[in-house]
Amino acid sequence: MSVLVYTENWNGKFKKLSFELASYASRLAEMLNMDPIAVSIGQVDRDELEKLAGYGIKKMIAIENDALKQFDTQTYTKVIADIASRESAKLLVLANNNAGKSLAPRLSVRLKAAVASGVGQLPEKLSPFVIKKRVFSGNALAGLELRTETKIITLAQNSFDLIEKPADMVIEKAEADLAGIAPKTSIKDVQIQTGKLLLSDAEIVVSGGRGMKSPDNWGPIEELAGLLNGATACSRPVSDEGWRPHEEHTGQTGKIIAPNLYFAIGISGATQHLAGISASKYIVAINNDKDAPIFEAAQYGIVGDATKVLPKLVEALRKAKSA
Amino acid sequence: MNILVCISQVPDTTTKVKFTDNNTRLDTTGIQWVINPWDELSLTRALELKDDASSGVAKVSVALVGPVSTEPTIRKALAIGADDAYRVDTEALDAYQVAAQLAEVVKAGSFDIILCGIESSDYNGSNVGGMLAEFLNYPSVSGISNLDVKDGQVQVSREIDGGKEMIALPTPFVGIVQKGIAKEPRIAAMRGIMMARKKPIQIVESAPVEPLSQTLAFEPPQPRPACNFIDPDNPEQLITLLQNEAKVI
Ligand SMILES: Cc1cc2nc3c(=O)[nH]c(=O)nc-3n(C[C@H](O)[C@H](O)[C@H](O)COP(=O)(O)OP(=O)(O)OC[C@H]3O[C@@H](n4cnc5c(N)ncnc54)[C@H](O)[C@@H]3O)c2cc1C
Ligand SMILES: Nc1ncnc2c1ncn2[C@@H]1O[C@H](COP(=O)(O)O)[C@@H](O)[C@H]1O
Repeated sequence: MSVLVYTENWNGKFKKLSFELASYASRLAEMLNMDPIAVSIGQVDRDELEKLAGYGIKKMIAIENDALKQFDTQTYTKVIADIASRESAKLLVLANNNAGKSLAPRLSVRLKAAVASGVGQLPEKLSPFVIKKRVFSGNALAGLELRTETKIITLAQNSFDLIEKPADMVIEKAEADLAGIAPKTSIKDVQIQTGKLLLSDAEIVVSGGRGMKSPDNWGPIEELAGLLNGATACSRPVSDEGWRPHEEHTGQTGKIIAPNLYFAIGISGATQHLAGISASKYIVAINNDKDAPIFEAAQYGIVGDATKVLPKLVEALRKAKSA
Repeated sequence: MNILVCISQVPDTTTKVKFTDNNTRLDTTGIQWVINPWDELSLTRALELKDDASSGVAKVSVALVGPVSTEPTIRKALAIGADDAYRVDTEALDAYQVAAQLAEVVKAGSFDIILCGIESSDYNGSNVGGMLAEFLNYPSVSGISNLDVKDGQVQVSREIDGGKEMIALPTPFVGIVQKGIAKEPRIAAMRGIMMARKKPIQIVESAPVEPLSQTLAFEPPQPRPACNFIDPDNPEQLITLLQNEAKVI
């Protein structure tokens, strides 16, 4: 029996998230006395695959197939479900990101496996199987019982620390049986405009609110994000005003994100805004009102005028980076 | 071409959530129920398409799995402009049970595009849309922030690193909707509210499906430690803390 983790790749490379998933799956496998196995779909070099051995994975099933070049939920579901059956997977672990959110529910129906999504910790109890997940946009945790023999967990990014645990890993190149299921979706066009990271996947996010006063003041926000290899975001009024594109709006009615580090600059910290960002591991707030609610959510705060503080911060970071 | 928008009802965003019965149930006293924000945007987009004669969209329906107490939410969707509605008459127990009920509604009807939200803002499940697609064996695309229909041809787009990708897919399919699909949710006008009273809500008997999971109890999240305030004239200190204490940069 095994714990099967789907380790997505980005143009043939793994990200920190992949290692978080591997760490989580290995710990879970240990608890359950099962084998931690990973499945990778797409063209990934051997060296890259080997990296997962550092996080306790015992077997890597690598599938390369031209028909799987494009991410299509139906074909990917079939491939992963077939492997899960072959490897007697009792637990499937995926990321709580776009790919995981598209695959986990489909796998659930196919394998009749209950799902806990957006989980940040190991199960509390194994039998019955009880695991905690965030609900009400982070305002509560729910203890969820998964009642099926096979279970699926999607792990929230940045919620589980990496556990280095070198293992002897075998890499098995496997074939996918795609008889009778051609992908029905096809990518017609890709527009790369921003060069920026996908907000929902970014490790670091720099976000500005109405306290930034004018779209002309966004320069240092862009710079800070650039220096940190992060993405930019904003509060809802900022995108409503057309200061920033709508894709950047985070919160209850916008994107829900969980970066490692979130800068809230000139953002008051309304509950609807926090609903989208409170799962961030660290929050830094810059606001000229020391009573702004954002400081209750933040670990680090600077009380001051953002238009003055921010350029200094950018300058200091530039220095620190070149040192 | 017909669109079905699956709607869930959630507590209004300003609700302070409280629990009752030993923290096993949401305390619903005083809660204002609203249409889940993403479902409101899906409905808005569906209606925009219907208004555009070149899309070929003729009808927009909504479906909700829930007891009779959810009807005001359904009426709201009808007032915003949906043509008709289905209510599967059962308590929503988990995503699997809900998706199984919705699958029956889809099979009994004639829908080309089925829209679900990326998540319900209460249980944050992100599951119903994908499960529904798998029950129906339909293609699905998750996280779509654009939906275009021209003469029955469908194109959706979703965000990726650095931009977006445009995806064509055949009908019928399930679109799982992210922010961006419509800019502002449409609101009900007086005329819509009057008309909604006459629009049909079809009550569908529930299919016997057991849930796969159960919420046992709720608890408040771990409190965050107090904020560490840093001198605005010394941003270097923040950088040092982020590097050495938090270890995030
Ligand atoms: C149904 C509903 C859904 C909503 N969904 C969302 C959502 O998804 N996301 C979202 O963000 N909002 C959402 N909102 C709006 C939300 O309630 C707040 O109004 C919004 O988040 C406030 O944005 P803000 O903090 O940028 O602006 P403000 O509330 O105007 O706050 C500006 C902040 O900047 C500070 N400031 C001013 N000048 C400076 C300066 N020079 N330097 C530093 N700080 C300064 C002020 O002290 C203040 O704290 C929603 C509201 C409703 C009713
Ligand atoms: N009770 C319900 N009735 C109809 N649709 C629902 C219901 N619950 C969830 N949905 C749909 O599924 C989406 C995602 O919900 P969830 O999986 O609960 O996060 C929602 O945005 C709705 O489109």
